[in-house]
Amino acid sequence: MTSLSPSDEKQLADMVAAAAVGKQTFEIFAGGGKRGFGRPVAADHALDISGIAGIVDYEPAELILTARPGTPLARIEAELRGRGQMLAFEPPDWRGLLGGANAPTLGGVLACNISGPRRVRAGAARDFLLGFSAVNGRGEIFKAGGKVVKNVTGFDLSKLIVGSFGTLSILTEVTLKVMPRPETERTILLHALADEVAVGAMSAALNAPHEISGVAHLPEAAARRSSLSGVADGLGAVTALRIEGPAPSVAFRAEAIEAAFGRGAQLEGDDSAAFWRDVGEVRPLLADGERIVWRLCPTPSLAAKAVEAVRARLVAAEAFYDWGGGQVWLSLDPAEAGSDGGAAVVRDAMKACGGHSTLIVARKEVRSQVEVFEPAAPALTALAARVKSGFDPLGLFNPGRMREGR
Amino acid sequence: MIQMPEPDRSTLSRRDEIVAALRRIVPGEGVIDSERERRAFECDALTAYRQLPMVVVLPDNTQQVVEVLRYCKANNVKVVPRGAGTSLSGGALPLADGVLLGMGKFKRILEIDVANRCAVVQPGVTNLGVTHAVQAHGLYYAPDPSSQIACTIGGNVAENSGGVHCLKYGLTTNNVIGVEFVTMDGEVVRLGGKHFDAGDYDLLGVMVGSEGLLGVVTEVTVRVLPTAPGARALLIGFSGIEGAADCVAEIIGSGIIPGGMEMMDRLATEAAEAFVRAGYPLDAEAVLIVELDGCAAEVDHLIATIEKIAGDHGATSCRASQSEAERLLFWAGRKAAFPAVGRISPDYLCMDGTIPRKEIGRVLLRMKQLEAKYGLRVANVFHAGDGNLHPLILYDANKPGELQAAEDFGADILRLCVEVGGVLTGEHGVGVEKRDLMDAMFNETDLNQQQRLKCSFDESSLLNPGKVFPQLCRCAELGRMHVRAGQLRFPDLPRF
Repeated sequence: MTSLSPSDEKQLADMVAAAAVGKQTFEIFAGGGKRGFGRPVAADHALDISGIAGIVDYEPAELILTARPGTPLARIEAELRGRGQMLAFEPPDWRGLLGGANAPTLGGVLACNISGPRRVRAGAARDFLLGFSAVNGRGEIFKAGGKVVKNVTGFDLSKLIVGSFGTLSILTEVTLKVMPRPETERTILLHALADEVAVGAMSAALNAPHEISGVAHLPEAAARRSSLSGVADGLGAVTALRIEGPAPSVAFRAEAIEAAFGRGAQLEGDDSAAFWRDVGEVRPLLADGERIVWRLCPTPSLAAKAVEAVRARLVAAEAFYDWGGGQVWLSLDPAEAGSDGGAAVVRDAMKACGGHSTLIVARKEVRSQVEVFEPAAPALTALAARVKSGFDPLGLFNPGRMREGR
Repeated sequence: MIQMPEPDRSTLSRRDEIVAALRRIVPGEGVIDSERERRAFECDALTAYRQLPMVVVLPDNTQQVVEVLRYCKANNVKVVPRGAGTSLSGGALPLADGVLLGMGKFKRILEIDVANRCAVVQPGVTNLGVTHAVQAHGLYYAPDPSSQIACTIGGNVAENSGGVHCLKYGLTTNNVIGVEFVTMDGEVVRLGGKHFDAGDYDLLGVMVGSEGLLGVVTEVTVRVLPTAPGARALLIGFSGIEGAADCVAEIIGSGIIPGGMEMMDRLATEAAEAFVRAGYPLDAEAVLIVELDGCAAEVDHLIATIEKIAGDHGATSCRASQSEAERLLFWAGRKAAFPAVGRISPDYLCMDGTIPRKEIGRVLLRMKQLEAKYGLRVANVFHAGDGNLHPLILYDANKPGELQAAEDFGADILRLCVEVGGVLTGEHGVGVEKRDLMDAMFNETDLNQQQRLKCSFDESSLLNPGKVFPQLCRCAELGRMHVRAGQLRFPDLPRF
């Protein structure tokens, strides 16, 4: 495997065009922290795009930021913070989860469509990409979308490129919608709810007009791992509701939530921020020793049922709930999960719960043997393969990352 | 005028046979072939363009859609899908040699799932019908295009419709979480559902806004949201557009995303005021309506903040609604702006570009110059929060040459939007209207890449051809791979 590090879009396009001649393939990365996410890739070249970096344009009043994908996420966030803004989808840092030493980049977050706790209210990474430039598998530079917050000109390829794990095209410049950072935040904690009860409470909270921007449930074992004393030394399980906004509004809504759901401990300011950072980084599940980690996206109201069905067969399974049950993190004991990493049990449990499951953390041998991403119906699988070949006809980019052949 | 593809003679010669075949699939009144009844479908809301469809078919279940598309695919017949026909860009303009596939009979609300804040509906349900179905649970459907009383969810999905609240609550694409659709091959595909995110490629993301070119949507799952406990609006007058634009920039810069933020210029304000008597300041060059929604504590706090910002930017008048009736009155003028302009001019064209907001002054100045050039007036209505302009070009179709002048004027405005860093369409879609302007925004490589996506859904190019792209898709040619061997110019990089 040779290593290539293009320093600009043009050089990258030439490299791809040259590779196309001999159908030579690329494993694409910037920070590299997500190379272990998805099926293992065997490629002819390691393509490091961290050199295609930098903020190109940032216009706070227009709510847009244009940057190159190799830019470290922390750099973008610092810039936004300086102007009282943020990436509303709250991209988490998954280094603790996936390993890897280098800081996460914007490109990696977009390629994997990774969103944090605020996703439940604000939308996912895919909802914030307004437009992009990229190099396709023909070595052509193309662009799609625009650099304004409202645009329906042409197909919305931005949605498609986010979450395509670098298998369609290589991003070279992206324009994101940015949002104001809320003035204050507060988290209300409800204690000792059983999972099923907590899922119902989270749904009720999201149905109330309190503009809740984070809603998670940590069963007792997960709560105990928290670095925050109010969470770890509480009374077992913790269900957390976050509200954000101007101070008078937050105070008013906190009161209304307590009136409806009962008085509990509250986390303010930095403590609240730390709690949600931990949730986004999946820290409540990161135990000592090797674990297998799955991410489930069931129909939210069925989240506790999905976990219960897994635990009926894998008793060492642990879980916690984000997005009001819309995202469940599941950690399995590798010995108990067996050679398929628990895939058969997890997918069986999810059958009655809608949605999809993804194997996030497992040894290479496991990830190369099982379907890491949810298996799809044949018509959809065939359509997705045609879509892939419309962008990357020779299959040069991240071969096999998502499925056999793509 | 934009030209549509030349009708295919062989298809036209088979018309009776095609009608008979469609009648076998959709019995009774579901196939319309008399000229008188077809007339009702000859245009959508872009009424300058009319074409009688070859035949109209109105299926009432997914299986019929499957069979219609399979038949059309097998017999090389073009298909134009249609919802309520409220498209402003000609997305549902029929073809002389095409089947018009009307989805109006898909009217059922299939499920309201309160626990998961979503509703599963058929595509012929109206936008407002969704809100009506869920409001007893304290929920509503956020995207609110001005045609919401008539336009359907299926059409909203096709056009990725917006509305006055989309800066805060998003366009259709941010509020649709699942669809079932039928491909031109007659395959039924489900994308998304009640869950978050895609488990594979986000094909739902490209289905929304695909203007009927990728598939026929037969079911939609929408996210519904809790209704805000309250809302108040501010009606602010300015002596110049720049003051209003700066005020908008500072509101957003100070961290406020209002539920709605609309601007109207003097001509639009006068027309609206004459029509509905909303109490708009007639001495103002620009009027701003800013709506805040949420709990009373938040709304009152933000109203006070914005009143101060408005004062700092030289507002000549500023009123905050003191009652729900007054808030609705503030909106009444804005919501009636299009018909109000219709009263002062026999015809108008509604444009839909988006610009970076900082360019508003320059764009309006150029528009003034273009008014002189074309001898036509423009009233401006502007989704100020997100930079989405709706210049209404006033003309009289009965005067020879005025429609053409209005269209040329519109094209100049849209090219100007692109020139200052904006886009051709913010929420109305490309359709027929802006099809031939696509190359102002995209080069050939960009357009080829989009067309390859079209080819992966509809290789035959039978679904809604002649829309969006200035050239018909040539899928076989686009699929070919031209390897640039022998042209490599980077000697210092490793050879492979």
